[in-house]
Amino acid sequence: MPPPLFHIERDKLTKNLMNYVLNLAWNLMKLIKAPMYKRVMPNGEIQKLIITEETAKIRPYAVAAVLRNIKFTKDRYDSFIELQEKLHQNICRKRALVAIGTHDLDALSGPFTYTAKKPSDIKFKPLNKTKEYTACELMNIYKTDNHLKHYLHIIENKPLYPVIYDSNGVVLSMPPVINGNHSKITVNTRNIFIECTGTDFTKAKIVLDIIVTTFSEYCENQFTVEAAEVVFPNGKLHTFPELAYRKEMVRADLINKKVGIRETPENLAKLLTRMCLKSEVIGDGNQIEIEIPPTRADIIHACDIIEDAAIAYGYNNIQMTLPKTYTIANQFPLNKLTELLRHDMAAAGFTEALTFALCSQEDIADKLGLHISATKAVLISNPKTAEFQVARTTLLPGLLKTIAANRKMPLPLKLFEISDIVIQDSSRDVGARNYRHLCAVYYNKNPGFEIIHGLLDRIMQLLDVPPGEKKGGYVIRASEGPAFFPGRCAEIFARGQSIGKLGVLHPDVITKFELTMPCSCVEINIEPFL
Amino acid sequence: MADGPVAEVLLQRLEAADGGLDSAELAAELGVEHQTVVGAVKSLQALGEIIEAELRSTKRWELTAEGEEIAREGSHEARVFRSVPPEGLPQSELMRLPSGKVGFSKAMSNKWIRVDKSAADGPRVFRVVDSVEDEVQRRLQLVQGGRAEKLGEKERSELRKRKLLTEVTLKTYWVSKGSAFSTSISKQETELSPEMISSGSWRDRPFKPYNFSAHGVLPDSGHLHPLLKVRTQFRQIFLEMGFTEMPTDNYIESSFWNFDALFQPQQHPARDQHDTFFLRDPAQAQQLPMDYVHRVKRTHSQGGYGSQGYKYNWKLDEARKNLLRTHTTSASARALYRLAQKKPFTAAKYFSIDRVFRNETLDATHLAEFHQIEGVVADHGLTLGHLMGVLREFFTKLGITQLRFKPTYNPYTEPSMEVFSYHQGLKKWVEVGNSGIFRPEMLLPMGLPENVSVIAWGLSLERPTMIKYGINNIRELVGHKVNLQMVYDSPLCRLDAEQGPPSTQEAA
Repeated sequence: MPPPLFHIERDKLTKNLMNYVLNLAWNLMKLIKAPMYKRVMPNGEIQKLIITEETAKIRPYAVAAVLRNIKFTKDRYDSFIELQEKLHQNICRKRALVAIGTHDLDALSGPFTYTAKKPSDIKFKPLNKTKEYTACELMNIYKTDNHLKHYLHIIENKPLYPVIYDSNGVVLSMPPVINGNHSKITVNTRNIFIECTGTDFTKAKIVLDIIVTTFSEYCENQFTVEAAEVVFPNGKLHTFPELAYRKEMVRADLINKKVGIRETPENLAKLLTRMCLKSEVIGDGNQIEIEIPPTRADIIHACDIIEDAAIAYGYNNIQMTLPKTYTIANQFPLNKLTELLRHDMAAAGFTEALTFALCSQEDIADKLGLHISATKAVLISNPKTAEFQVARTTLLPGLLKTIAANRKMPLPLKLFEISDIVIQDSSRDVGARNYRHLCAVYYNKNPGFEIIHGLLDRIMQLLDVPPGEKKGGYVIRASEGPAFFPGRCAEIFARGQSIGKLGVLHPDVITKFELTMPCSCVEINIEPFL
Repeated sequence: MADGPVAEVLLQRLEAADGGLDSAELAAELGVEHQTVVGAVKSLQALGEIIEAELRSTKRWELTAEGEEIAREGSHEARVFRSVPPEGLPQSELMRLPSGKVGFSKAMSNKWIRVDKSAADGPRVFRVVDSVEDEVQRRLQLVQGGRAEKLGEKERSELRKRKLLTEVTLKTYWVSKGSAFSTSISKQETELSPEMISSGSWRDRPFKPYNFSAHGVLPDSGHLHPLLKVRTQFRQIFLEMGFTEMPTDNYIESSFWNFDALFQPQQHPARDQHDTFFLRDPAQAQQLPMDYVHRVKRTHSQGGYGSQGYKYNWKLDEARKNLLRTHTTSASARALYRLAQKKPFTAAKYFSIDRVFRNETLDATHLAEFHQIEGVVADHGLTLGHLMGVLREFFTKLGITQLRFKPTYNPYTEPSMEVFSYHQGLKKWVEVGNSGIFRPEMLLPMGLPENVSVIAWGLSLERPTMIKYGINNIRELVGHKVNLQMVYDSPLCRLDAEQGPPSTQEAA
């Protein structure tokens, strides 16, 4: 479940688009009863778009349609442009999957050819420019264009660029970057030729359907769209837009059961019809037949229909009930141990920190005197800043950074954290695993090794691990490590395995974390004590 | 005995005195600094009702240094007059005298002297009268004698203008006997001691009163982090409601479990580099449950289980891409998949609270990592009404009773509902959670029975915590830039107790 408001931008895009399109559709429905969108054949010759095989390697699909005798106003025209932009940003994945071109048909002469050519061989006057440029020149010009620069990468390094010509060699567009200026549409345009090119055939068809259904309302023959033919490289002929209406069958009791209401099939059919899904009760009186219009590409399953019924019924009118699901609760053992230890760490006088799981390579390697390869850290491929280069392999840097940010606080500073670190592990399905670590630091005018050592003794007491070499006990043995002051480091062995280290930090480490006082620390893996 | 001999003398004088005495007068009599007497008064005051002291401020006229000189030597004009012999004096010579310049003009305007400009060796000054009355000197001498009141207001202000007089304010105490007056005072004890208890001497000793308006000394202690205190409460609520905790100790997840298993198509914007942290090493998940993967692939690309599917070319390589999980729903998917493998099906209630990661632009309310709270119920025949019923119980435990539900679009739930609650402080409806019923395209490929529904909801841990503790900048709460004083000072987390003050960021 995406949590609300906080961090939902990622879903907002899709959400906004869906809401935008649904609102457009619903507004239509309020004005007139569910319109029937119709694809019609032209009086004259049908517009043709021929795809050549050169497009196969770069952008193989194209669909097209015509809006005939449309009447724009300023508002309608702006909304037409806005819809294209929203579609480009969302379902079209920033034009990578689908790019839309809309043209003044009266300025062009079909049939059209969708092909791919060497950039140097493409030359035309692009939208809102006064002279002709080659495709190579355009790519340079648009590098500084705040809007278009984001789309250049889609074709930039390809040997051939996609391009659409009319029968006179006029360039309609060089998808997905820019249209030609010749066929530019204005508020006075009456006949619009729409082409969508892309790498995803299904999405291209959906995008075309959304545009033509949304704006066919303003055509002289309302809700009709003029067909266009597309000839694929294999010679197959397709007619677009598909404007496919399909029937779905849902049982009334299923809707009632999933929503938690008791409505008659007739009422349910009425509710669905109100949501622009023309529905009627058929068969044994429990079956509802629903017609899914081409505007509702979002309906792909009965559950989508059930949601519309629930929305029409009103979520807040649904009776709230508690499920009779009987279960016994269990804590996740690792979290249970963590919770217990946290409270006793605080009782021992240490304050809990909460630091980031992501950090820079420098934090876990260079600053601790290690090479990154020695950390076995997982590496992030696309960090926006150095703060997110790796997942931490130790909790220590986070605690030291917390102290550095709180140097004005009275000494001593005693901090701890019990949280996960991540290490590469080829035995796991994803090649990495978490370990639950406990780390504590003591920062004062004296190193306070005895305090950290005492804390370790207390932790072992809490975990019921006795001191001593005997089986099940714990000992610390002189050790060394680049992060520690020579001779002031020990390795901790418990229940027969090494679980971590404690010691006084090396002055170089202290300095690199912008600290000035001596500092001792302990860090252990608590998973052996589960 | 109380502080020093001055206090002692003060008490003795006070006993003899009629009514009371003035601290300044006492200082003059004893020949000590006034401040010493004031110190004695204050220390006696601290002992309780021994004396009463009333602060008085008196104003007094004093001579300036120049005023004192004049009182001694006479005014400048008188000195000028005296230095002019009967035969006169050249003006140039007169001007060289110490009082010359000031005294000359004043003596001229008093018409005590005159200047003869026609004299042979330059202008010469002569006396006009034989003798003069030095009024200025007389007045200053009066003030010096403590009889400034004999001068009129006008005369005083004229002298002040000439910077000969100045008015000073003196703060003195008027000391009188207190209700517990005694000349023999013993010092009050500050604390009870073991010796006093054993000897019983506490019975005869006066004790210094406590200042109850002072602050106590805070105990030396460790502290739990406020966000994790809230986490503990949320865990508690889920456990009270019979929810079992899911394992979430795997920050690294494959795209398969994070997206594909949830029926989130491979072209979904969430799977963009701009939104999700992908891994360079290890870049790919090597092991996936291939049977299940094939069912997921078919559902995405061709449909099935009553679905049209998304009709695109589903790629295994895309599903293998490792990432930092963007939600804990990936852990829920793993838990539900494990549940589906258990036959026969047994109902389950699950929860988790753990970190998730987003490759987002950071600001005051957004970090690259945050905690997600998620609840899941899987059972036969669950309805939207059940989801709302569980949410009502859950939010009641958080102290939120007014709920509203609004349709929304989520990629893997259908129906989907946003949960709003009325915020008393902000006087408006605010979004508190997101919820829905998992799509059949997600559940059926896992192998869950067809009539099993799974309801789920989620919220972030940070947002309610920031509201609860009135924190506007998330960096003060999470991460190393935390304000440790805030951690030290944070109260218990009692979610069902009264709401904290609403944060301003929330209002925005």
